[in-house]
Amino acid sequence: MVAEVQDWPGRWSHLQAILERSGPFAHPEFEASSEVLSFLEDTCRVLVIGAGGLGCELLKDLAYMGFRQISVIDMDTIDLSNLNRQFLFRKKDIGQPKATVAAAFINNRIVGCKVTPYPVFIAEFHIVVCGLDSIVARRWINGMLISLLTYDSEGVLDQSSLIPMVDGGTEGFKGNTRVCLPGVTACIECTLELYPPQINFPMCTIAHTPRLPEHCIEYVRVLLWPQEHPFGASVGIDGDDPDHIKWIYEHAVDRANQYGITGVDYRLTQGVVKRIIPAVASTNAVIAAACATEVFKLASSCCQTLNNYMNFNDADGVYTYTFEAERNENCAACSQVPQVLRFSEDTLLQDVVQHLKESAAFQLRSPGLVAMVNNKNKTLYMSTVKSIEEATKPNLKKTLQELGLRDGQEIIVADPTTPKSIVFRLQLATNMDGN
Amino acid sequence: MIKLFSLKQQKKDGTDGGSKGMGQKKSSAAQLRITKDINELSLPKTCTVEFPDSDDLLNFKLVISPDEGFYRGGRFVFSFKVGQGYPHEPPKVKCETMVYHPNIDLEGNICLNILREDWKPVLTINSVVYGLQYLFLEPNPEDPLNKEAAEVLQNNRRLFEQNVSKAMRGGYVGSVYFERCLK
Repeated sequence: MVAEVQDWPGRWSHLQAILERSGPFAHPEFEASSEVLSFLEDTCRVLVIGAGGLGCELLKDLAYMGFRQISVIDMDTIDLSNLNRQFLFRKKDIGQPKATVAAAFINNRIVGCKVTPYPVFIAEFHIVVCGLDSIVARRWINGMLISLLTYDSEGVLDQSSLIPMVDGGTEGFKGNTRVCLPGVTACIECTLELYPPQINFPMCTIAHTPRLPEHCIEYVRVLLWPQEHPFGASVGIDGDDPDHIKWIYEHAVDRANQYGITGVDYRLTQGVVKRIIPAVASTNAVIAAACATEVFKLASSCCQTLNNYMNFNDADGVYTYTFEAERNENCAACSQVPQVLRFSEDTLLQDVVQHLKESAAFQLRSPGLVAMVNNKNKTLYMSTVKSIEEATKPNLKKTLQELGLRDGQEIIVADPTTPKSIVFRLQLATNMDGN
Repeated sequence: MIKLFSLKQQKKDGTDGGSKGMGQKKSSAAQLRITKDINELSLPKTCTVEFPDSDDLLNFKLVISPDEGFYRGGRFVFSFKVGQGYPHEPPKVKCETMVYHPNIDLEGNICLNILREDWKPVLTINSVVYGLQYLFLEPNPEDPLNKEAAEVLQNNRRLFEQNVSKAMRGGYVGSVYFERCLK
């Protein structure tokens, strides 16, 4: 293969030492051979989400670990303040998309590595590794990976549909690494309450009794801006626009002076407006290294993976602690093994509703049905809210086909008899099947 | 622990990846939860909800028509916007009717603890509805957003009551003009 030509003697000797012989910590299924390395190099596709502080470290680590089929996504562009730690970027790259620049840098630097920015299909990947600063983005990718799981008719997970996710996160001197096997171990949504709540100041404090410099900045951000629209009626706050930050800063200072509060400065203003969390390069390096190691273990089976959540703190000495996060049996994202509903295309929606109420297996009382049709939410029927009932009543007399529902479709059903929405998968027979 | 990479072989040719899960987007956790919340709304008789688009359960309006207290006979419209972060983040609620109220300012911002600092994912749309209704029954001068109204309520309940009915009938309270919002 081409890859062989690019390797020089001893290039991978450190990996071969691990992959070409077994050991006491190896996964029971591990078979030491030279094929494992070529799997890492030629076959194993890894998706890195985020090309920021963690992402740069991850890309470098993975590329030096022998992975070559790497893709990277990041929706952000490079900013001057990134350059101290996001070492794949230079001053000339400011304003460019992070993923493109990071991919080009790695490909140029590490012989044989093929990093592609912005892949199209997530299902193509063997492993996903996240270096994100946003909970919403984590939840999104988590939901996406769960949606790719397939189950057989008995509800048993098809393991080939499972894409493991390694997730890293840092905040100052603290960080964590975790391994999620969607549908098998705790997912992001299962442990949502582990994330610290966003700090919101009471509205009345902001409005009338500010005590902290942050209250003054929040006052300008939340109350003054929407009143004065300093940059035009439809212009929202752009935390990266220096004019916006300056305006907020100046008005926050006025307010702070009125109340005898000190400590409002430009940096704090930007920090509060953009909700900036201080980034420490060494924490990123540690967490990314832990994540990359887990990716390596998952891909090679040369060692048992982290089970499944590691906390790291080096604010004062070095402290780490690993525990097994448990699945939440009521998790809105991963506890839903879709139940199958079998109907034909010309079944009327009212028959489906009737079935949900009368079938011994469900016995629902006032089910509300929602589905995704053509990638848009559609309320099929809901009886409890008058305006929705009126709007969706005509649907009852329509056939499933007329409603745009297809074979394999998921339908969300909410009912007072269950503590959470149930997901049904519709299995539709066509008329021609004589059903 | 499962033996993950027996899937080594299965994905090697890369053909099975694109075909499955094709064309179907799965509903978000926010959608699952809001469906549940809306299906189980049990409103007090003073409240109604209106959905401009019945397919969009994330955006709707709540109308409160108090039948007792200072605001009896009024009709107050609130807009709800539920984001993808729901229920990790609270819904965004604004008062669309201009109201003379210590905890609601003239821009429609509302000072209700469960909408900001005390929001928890176990709370529901129903909790917010009850919270808002409570504001009309027991306006709270301790946590003012409209400071003038709060001071009047604290110092002269009669005058506060007059001001509220003046505002609801449509008219000036001090220099501020309120549109009529009686039923």
